[in-house]
Amino acid sequence: MRRPARRPAPPRPILPYPDPFSPELPMTLNGRLAANGQSDRPRRHTLAIQVDNRPGVLARVTTLISGRGFNIDSLSVAETMEPEISLITLIITGSPRIISQIIKQLRKLINVIKVIDLSEMDYVERQLIMVRVRAEEEAARAEIMRLCEIFRAKVIDVSLKTFTLEITGGSDKIAAALALLAGFGIEEQVSTGLTAMTRSSQKQAPRLKAPEGA
Amino acid sequence: MSKLTGAQILIECWKKEGVEVVFGYPGAATVEIHHYLHESPIRFILCRHEQAAVHAADGYARSTGRPGVVLVTSGPGATNTVTGLAGANMDSVPVLVFSGQVARMLIGNDAFQEVDIVGMTRPATKHNYLVLSTGELASTVKEAFYVAVSGRPGSILVDLPKDVIGGEAEFSYPKKIQLRAYRPHLTPHPRQVMKAAGLLRSAKRPAVLAGGGVISSGATEELVRLAEALEIPVATTLMGLGGFPGTHRLCLGMPGMHGLYRANMALQNADLIVAVGARFDDRVTGALERFAKGAAIVHIDVDTTSIHKILAVDIPLVADARQALAALAAEIGAVPAFDRDSRLAWLERIDAWSRESPLAYSQHPEGPLLPQRVIEALYRQTSGKAVICTEVGQHQMWAAQYYPCDRPRQFISSGGLGVMGFGLPAAIGAQVARPGSTVVDVAGDGSILMNIQELATVAQESLPVKVAILNNGSLGMVSQWQDLFYGGRRAATVLGPSPDFVRLAEAFGIRGFCASTPHEADAIIKEALSHPGPAVMDFRVSGSELVFPMVPAGKALDEMLLAAPEAPEPSEAPEASPAPEEG
Repeated sequence: MRRPARRPAPPRPILPYPDPFSPELPMTLNGRLAANGQSDRPRRHTLAIQVDNRPGVLARVTTLISGRGFNIDSLSVAETMEPEISLITLIITGSPRIISQIIKQLRKLINVIKVIDLSEMDYVERQLIMVRVRAEEEAARAEIMRLCEIFRAKVIDVSLKTFTLEITGGSDKIAAALALLAGFGIEEQVSTGLTAMTRSSQKQAPRLKAPEGA
Repeated sequence: MSKLTGAQILIECWKKEGVEVVFGYPGAATVEIHHYLHESPIRFILCRHEQAAVHAADGYARSTGRPGVVLVTSGPGATNTVTGLAGANMDSVPVLVFSGQVARMLIGNDAFQEVDIVGMTRPATKHNYLVLSTGELASTVKEAFYVAVSGRPGSILVDLPKDVIGGEAEFSYPKKIQLRAYRPHLTPHPRQVMKAAGLLRSAKRPAVLAGGGVISSGATEELVRLAEALEIPVATTLMGLGGFPGTHRLCLGMPGMHGLYRANMALQNADLIVAVGARFDDRVTGALERFAKGAAIVHIDVDTTSIHKILAVDIPLVADARQALAALAAEIGAVPAFDRDSRLAWLERIDAWSRESPLAYSQHPEGPLLPQRVIEALYRQTSGKAVICTEVGQHQMWAAQYYPCDRPRQFISSGGLGVMGFGLPAAIGAQVARPGSTVVDVAGDGSILMNIQELATVAQESLPVKVAILNNGSLGMVSQWQDLFYGGRRAATVLGPSPDFVRLAEAFGIRGFCASTPHEADAIIKEALSHPGPAVMDFRVSGSELVFPMVPAGKALDEMLLAAPEAPEPSEAPEASPAPEEG
């Protein structure tokens, strides 16, 4: 009698890991996980969620996440090229186990068309921030204008005592700009949620294009 | 084409869906629907509480496989359905609740009996709908039925504003529904089937873990065929009971917290577990990190979110259980080659576990009546053929252990949510669905009072439901934990004095019986079963009996308690048995 194909099974971790639906999963799944060295440490994930553009759908998505006791770091929602479809870009911090569970639960929602974890791939993200900085002395005003040039920011409102700047960029750029502007004194600051897209160079990247003929 | 009102459209939709029975409770928001329902061929069962109406529809759905339909009014009528919706959804039962709502222009105004039931039931249902125009009513109802029964079935709520019900539209019922974002995956991937079949052929100590998915997909025949072809023993979870014949020579019985010794030992020592429509609930696996450590796991489930949710499996097979098992059987062939010697040794080892610790209790002929003895008497006198509904608690576990069910849809119990008060209304639903069958609600003296008002429904509808109350004077399952892990302090678990159930039944116009010895128990069961109408049996059972085996929380499946620890028993026993003494 031939020995069974795989024995004995390695200790099984209690956690899930990336794309478990693939029919390609090797039989030594747990071994592969160990080899990937995936930790259970929390990490920031950017989820792109394509949904039916209908009342209540955003509530379904956020209820699902808040119901599990998780905070949404950032959220932005808008219509896509197709008016019946909206895109939710959602940033959330969690361990791989939690994130993979949330993604699967999201996919199960009747109105959710597609969920992509952009953090697993090459992507670009942008956020828009408006910030009112104190600018009274001539030197400060000149320096702020220089910073605007460097960060490609725009002055969108001006008074004798302040500049209001509009900055767009990824989260790193925005953090850097804010750190520098903090020195002048920030009076007020508002921000949109992040929105994101995969890079065209990403091979076989799942696109958030409307499914054909759907 | 003439126009119909929303109420008429709703009823036409139900007819198209083949709905024969609707359970519910009327109110101002739904009075118009009842007006037309009254003249339709659809039977309306007036339950006495909306929660019970949902459980009744749930019992109907579980015993037939067809969706259960509920009609309730707005506000409190709707909020009372939440427990029923959550329970049905967790146990994957297709139940649709149609709730009345205030008129559209009043929504959000804190109108009389207004509540945001769609918001409230969002996490308690598979999906829900607020219908915003009479014109979209028919297509919404069609979609609701489709979503309820397809894929992993679940509960649905459809909220119907009063002016949508009262409005008019042309009626046309869509033949087919296509949802962009919802397409259940039913056919198994051939490569996964091949891999699973390979493991099945080569495994030396295989076991199947069959869950509720076997029953909801109707896969019993395929499962029996596969198990017999490969001589694989099958454990059935609480939700899977009857999905594989309980008296079959390959049946291990129920595994888990109160599972059979042999079932738990077999899972722990297996080298391959094929889970079919089971989701590795914590009550089934015990301590996860020590669950079946030497086993490769094949997981067949129609719900992708179940796969790898609790534990990582080796071969996921996302598919309908019946299709997956049929594909596996085809792949393996009619006379499969496998190591018969090792299989024989495995089955002998399982037999040895059966002998080592069989289910047992010691009933003294003159001593207090034991609950296990009552279930066995019920089993004998119904020839194992009754539809068994249960509430939740010790009696539920004893029913699962001592009433082996041979047919799917024969054992009806609230598994995932564990709803006390489920059994009696579920028995109503089951009896409505199967008028010719004996339907028994096995209850405890705690659970039965949670929906006791349904005896009025039973009486009004002349449903011959038999209620067997295992009356031990306490909330037994919680007091069992107190006895074993909390030093025997029976805080908030002593029930007494309970009502006189015989006279209570009689007050509803139902025959009542009482027994406190094994002999009396046999006699009243006989009498109650031969009585053509409903009956309530009050069994005064010992209050100190515990459910064993028991896997304490946090322990592995093979670390079962098989009896109460010796030491504290003698001193605790006298006070710790508040069995009813007065007649």
